Amino acid sequence: MLPDATMELVCPAGNLPSLKAAVDNGADCVYIGFRDATNARNFPGLNFDEATAREGLRYAHAHETKVLLALNTYPQAENWQRWQSAVDQAAALGVDAVILADVGLMEYASKTYPELRLHLSVQGSATNYEAINFFHERFGIQRAVLPRVLALAQVEQVVNNTPVEIELFGFGGLCVMVEGRCALSSYVTGESPNTCGVCSPAKAVRWQQTPQGLESRLNGVLLDRYEDGENAGYPTLCKGRFEVNGETYYAIEEPASLNAMECLPEMLRIGIKAIKIEGRQRSPAYVAQVTQAWRQAIDACQRAPHDFKVAAAWSEQLSKVAEGRQHTLGAYHRPWK
Amino acid sequence: MKLALGPVLYYWDKDTLLKFYDDIAETPVEIVYLGETVCSRRHTLRTDDWFDLAERLAQAGKEVVLSTQALLESESDLKTLRKLAANGRFMVEANDMGAVRLLAGAAPFALGPHINIYNPRTLHYLAALGARRWVAPLEMSHQSLQAMQRQRPKGMETEVFAYGRMPLAFSARCFTARHHNLPKDDCQFRCLDYPDGLTLRTREGRPFLALNGIQTQSAGVYNLIYELADMRGLGVNVARISPQAHHTGKIIRLFRDCLEGELAPQAAADQMVRLMPGHACDGFWHGRPGLEQVGQGRP
Repeated sequence: MLPDATMELVCPAGNLPSLKAAVDNGADCVYIGFRDATNARNFPGLNFDEATAREGLRYAHAHETKVLLALNTYPQAENWQRWQSAVDQAAALGVDAVILADVGLMEYASKTYPELRLHLSVQGSATNYEAINFFHERFGIQRAVLPRVLALAQVEQVVNNTPVEIELFGFGGLCVMVEGRCALSSYVTGESPNTCGVCSPAKAVRWQQTPQGLESRLNGVLLDRYEDGENAGYPTLCKGRFEVNGETYYAIEEPASLNAMECLPEMLRIGIKAIKIEGRQRSPAYVAQVTQAWRQAIDACQRAPHDFKVAAAWSEQLSKVAEGRQHTLGAYHRPWK
Repeated sequence: MKLALGPVLYYWDKDTLLKFYDDIAETPVEIVYLGETVCSRRHTLRTDDWFDLAERLAQAGKEVVLSTQALLESESDLKTLRKLAANGRFMVEANDMGAVRLLAGAAPFALGPHINIYNPRTLHYLAALGARRWVAPLEMSHQSLQAMQRQRPKGMETEVFAYGRMPLAFSARCFTARHHNLPKDDCQFRCLDYPDGLTLRTREGRPFLALNGIQTQSAGVYNLIYELADMRGLGVNVARISPQAHHTGKIIRLFRDCLEGELAPQAAADQMVRLMPGHACDGFWHGRPGLEQVGQGRP
């Protein structure tokens, strides 16, 4: 193996305690967002203001951990200034990179702060090396996060044809749609990840006990109905049960989350530079558990990739925080498609 | 304002497609977008067949634009993309930034609805690379479009998706194959059975979405027939009608009649009720959830 073939662990932090949990448990990078629609986890009570971001940076840097700032929603004509200020703020804070999706914002950042490291967000929807190389040539991006749609053989094709570092999702909530190109949430609620940084926003969710069972609705649309004893997860609209040709089933996706830990040796072999953990909306305990398990797994894999096996202890640890839901390899494993 | 026919988003057999475009040649649309934008497994027309068809429609007086696939995954997807980008004859509609890379500085191009253009700075940047027309994102409201139009780059045409089931999302997974318990790689081309998509309903029977292979559409039909005057007022240059299995020609003529003031929008909307594959909706235009019907003619 080449000496520079190291793989970074990139962990989510929705607040300071989560950031510290990630740092303390061995994250190489944490990613955070400001407390508004400039990032794709614009949830009430979550994220960082200037003071907490400063404290987070101090803590992370003192422990040799990088801080990445997600500004990965799409500014619009009427609110452009807020996104531009967020880039200014990120540069002034001294974050290690900003994670962007919008072309205009990327142009602004690359022109104004040529030293600022740019990552292409998964929301930038680049699934092929032509798209990634566009962002590299035009704006000098140094890393791209791939949407969760490619099989590993396709990922390898991307890696082999771009100088840009590739980051993959390893664990957490799973988008079944190509990120950055999904308007399902705004179709139902008027708010989408692209424009508002939310999918199936909590304020549009209603739970109601009925004679037919517990119902979850999103802006009035029935997403699912649960019998007694059935596990009712957060009603993300593509993970409900619907009726197609008289058959009721998870027509789009089961309420499963991604766990690609067993793919680590393959990801290392094809040259993946970073593994991303989803879940800025999750608790510090989740961040601690997941970071710890993945730190051990990545270290073990880098030490001896050919002997790598997912340890039972790691799986147990991950299952605990994944709330007993199913796990899937998602698109990395071709039959999933 | 010109009328455009968007690319056929469904999988139809070859005879049906060719007959469809023979009919389209006789309809009052100025612009026709051609090509497979959804799934590379669909092949009733090969790239060269699309080129031939483009030539025929051009001879019939249509402005032809070749649309590229939105979700590019494989090397063979990129091979097709390169062939389209280098065609040298027809303008290309880029539906992915990979297409933009190949077209930038090489030929004038259009930016399809699957390129994320939400602000003037992005549009100006892409204009400088050679973009001559852009299709606003489906979820863009009248109000946001107005702000875009105020700062529109010189020479840039604005197009709005004005009619049809809306392509809302793309996935690596094929939902039509999933419905039939088939793997995507052996889908047996079941999309052929659903010429307007496969309607997905909520558990209380409300039509909600339409499955179209790897694409998820609205079950509702976006219809801006009431908004044509408003679009004109905003300086929109092109209204896009998305093809459906039946009555597309009639829909085009109703839009044309409204544009020419020969028919009131309400009268057109009344006639459309029997011609649409789903209920009407227009929420996005009004800054509301897309599935709502806000304009006149609320049921």
